[in-house]
Amino acid sequence: MSLDTSPPDLRQEARRQIEICNACRYCEGYCAVFPAMTHQKAFADGDITQLANLCHNCRGCYYACQYTEPHEFALNLPAALAEVRVESWERLIRPHGFSRLFQTNGTAIAGLLVVTLAWFFWALFAFRPESGVGFYAHLSHIVMVAIFVPVFLAPLALIAWSVRDYWREVGGGSVRLAHIWSALGAAGRMKNLSGGHGEGCNFENGDRFTDWRRVFHQLMMYGFLLCFASTSVATLMHYVLDWKAPYSLLSLPKLLGVPGGLMMVVGAFGLARLKMKADPELGARRVWKGEMAFILLLGAVAATGLGLYAVKGSGLVPTVLAIHLATVMTLFLLMPYSKMVHGFFRLAALVADAAKQDKA
Amino acid sequence: MKTWPEVFDVAIVGGGNAALCAAITAAEAGAKVVILESAPKTYRGGNSRHTRNFRCMHGGPMSVLTDSYGEDEYFEDLMLVTKGKTDEVLARMAIRQSEECLPWMERRGVRFQPSLSGTLSLSRTNAFFLGGGKALVNAYYNTAADLGVSVAYDAEVTHVHRDGNRITHLEVKIAGAPKTIKARAFVLASGGFQADLDWLARAWGPAAKNFLIRGTPYNRGVVLRDMLDQGADSVGDPTQCHAVAIDGRAPKYDGGIVTRLDCVPFSVVVNREGDRFYDEGEDVWPKRYAIWGRLVAAQPDQVAYALIDSKSIDLFMPSVFPAIKADTIEDLGRQMGLDPAHLRRTVDGFNAACQPGTFHPTQLDGLRTHGLNVPKTNWARPLDTAPFYGYQLRPGVTFTYLGLKVDTRAQVHSPDGPLTNLWAAGEIMAGSILGQGYLAGFGMTIGTVFGRIAGAEAASHVA
Repeated sequence: MSLDTSPPDLRQEARRQIEICNACRYCEGYCAVFPAMTHQKAFADGDITQLANLCHNCRGCYYACQYTEPHEFALNLPAALAEVRVESWERLIRPHGFSRLFQTNGTAIAGLLVVTLAWFFWALFAFRPESGVGFYAHLSHIVMVAIFVPVFLAPLALIAWSVRDYWREVGGGSVRLAHIWSALGAAGRMKNLSGGHGEGCNFENGDRFTDWRRVFHQLMMYGFLLCFASTSVATLMHYVLDWKAPYSLLSLPKLLGVPGGLMMVVGAFGLARLKMKADPELGARRVWKGEMAFILLLGAVAATGLGLYAVKGSGLVPTVLAIHLATVMTLFLLMPYSKMVHGFFRLAALVADAAKQDKA
Repeated sequence: MKTWPEVFDVAIVGGGNAALCAAITAAEAGAKVVILESAPKTYRGGNSRHTRNFRCMHGGPMSVLTDSYGEDEYFEDLMLVTKGKTDEVLARMAIRQSEECLPWMERRGVRFQPSLSGTLSLSRTNAFFLGGGKALVNAYYNTAADLGVSVAYDAEVTHVHRDGNRITHLEVKIAGAPKTIKARAFVLASGGFQADLDWLARAWGPAAKNFLIRGTPYNRGVVLRDMLDQGADSVGDPTQCHAVAIDGRAPKYDGGIVTRLDCVPFSVVVNREGDRFYDEGEDVWPKRYAIWGRLVAAQPDQVAYALIDSKSIDLFMPSVFPAIKADTIEDLGRQMGLDPAHLRRTVDGFNAACQPGTFHPTQLDGLRTHGLNVPKTNWARPLDTAPFYGYQLRPGVTFTYLGLKVDTRAQVHSPDGPLTNLWAAGEIMAGSILGQGYLAGFGMTIGTVFGRIAGAEAASHVA
């Protein structure tokens, strides 16, 4: 697979821009990237990778910059860092070709979805259990677990491996609980999309600040975590309490899962809309389609999950079940090779930043 | 532009901080306002694009400002830099009004941030714009748009038509096409003439052609010239400009903040001949950077070279272009186009004159040379630890002093009395207050205070 721009060029371009920023420093108050720059005069490759993963692409610095084109310095730091960021994921996650295929390509994501979908329809017929209620009437619990546990754990292991490599590349050092706590705090409030003044970022409406990206991102993130919690609770209920699905609306899995699913649907719709309105030149243009497909996939996971609940007891269950399971499986399989990895690297970058701030 | 009225209430010439403050104030008072900005949209905002803070009087902690900064202290600081060349009434008025400006700015979208790293000395006196001056300009254009202000970019005013003591209309080229703009009141906020190198050369001498212009290439003084030709009262030394020493590799125009070099106090600075010419360690850099523009301008070819060694490379803010680096003084000289042997002799002489003592980069340490015709009175350490680094220095012009004389109502005058519907704000009248030197963040104070006055006066004139 040939690369249109080789990684050293992307890093060199980001380095050129960062050195100009470091001589200016007007943007210090926007986010964590600019204070992090001031720790050094010369930027090693690992420093560039770290700054790129610390950047949340709020674009405040672009619109405030007196050196954007047509100025000869031609700064576009959000785009330069986005390019390095995506490249760092593609470089650090194995196998490398997969990242490049799915990050870039919405069609590849859709293709994988269709393949898993077909597979689930076949599985539903082939493994139809003798007994069971709810969706376990169509696919027994043990088969589902046998399919999903490896599909969930293997990508996580690959991600863990790459985050370890990331940590070495950026010189993260030893981890302290306080740094993790600080990073979780920043992610939990999405502090780096606040613009420093709490009015949000310059994502979808030129140089006017709006909080929509932060709102929709948090709906998506917390919605996803609620759904994940719902599944985890249900698993514990199943094995520890021997309390099997289907669960009522007032049970913990439903109380977590239904609002979580709704939040994800709204979040996905909102993020997709913002992405349509945002200027693609201020991001990593090459991965636009892959990112958009990923947002839609997350929305589809949530929507079909809610749909499954809506069609309960009807003849539509096997169809919706197959679609839902296929979206979930695609999401899991793509964790290392889609925008999903940004969460892991971003958190690692925030922890490393907290540690570096401490040292400075 | 299709919906433009035949006659505006207020036409504002210029598109930087002062123009925007005037436009917003007038529009809030109900006036129908047009802004004529000579730059295209990407370069809008004049020199305000490059600014970073606002010097503000305050009785106690306010917004990002710490402690207090009273009228008298502020005025004394101004007297110090201008050596008394100021108009006390106008200056004190600007200082007093700066305090109410800050919340006014915040309500119109300007956001402040704590003092930037490396600028702690200003945290009491200067409020820094979050994102810098272009972010401020963006916020004001958005506020103006919400108030219904019309804006024309690439709109160069070529003539202000005066009929007796009134202005009747403006002749403007919008995207190259001639157009007449009629209004009932006018505000001139179109800056100085520092981007017109021919004018600078006529005023200063041919050496000015070698100057770099730190700010916008659009401040060519066309409107200022036109008003002076029509007999408007002027103020300020017509031959002078404010210049600082900047990186000689900076772009000819618009290099802005990043082209500054803070290395001089830790350097040996020589001219083209390889000779030192001024005490590099006279005082801390924030108090000396402003005189180095003139010092370099007075040297052959208007160029100088700052040399440091590896002991000092991390003592100052990073430069936008990397330093020239060499293992020997001779090689550094060769790379910079200086006579290697002569430079060696200068450095040897300097090194021999250095005395033992304790070096303190952040305070006047009294570490001085002995026996040199041009002494270095602080931070004098021998240049002896390779690798050696060099920067070329050139004068970078920030603004010009010649301007329109205004009164406390920002009104423009002629020998026959005030022009009844013409006001001025910003750099075009700053010479009324800044006769010499510069006080960091005071240009934005003058622009904001007089912009607001001009806007209010113009709006009440047409009300």
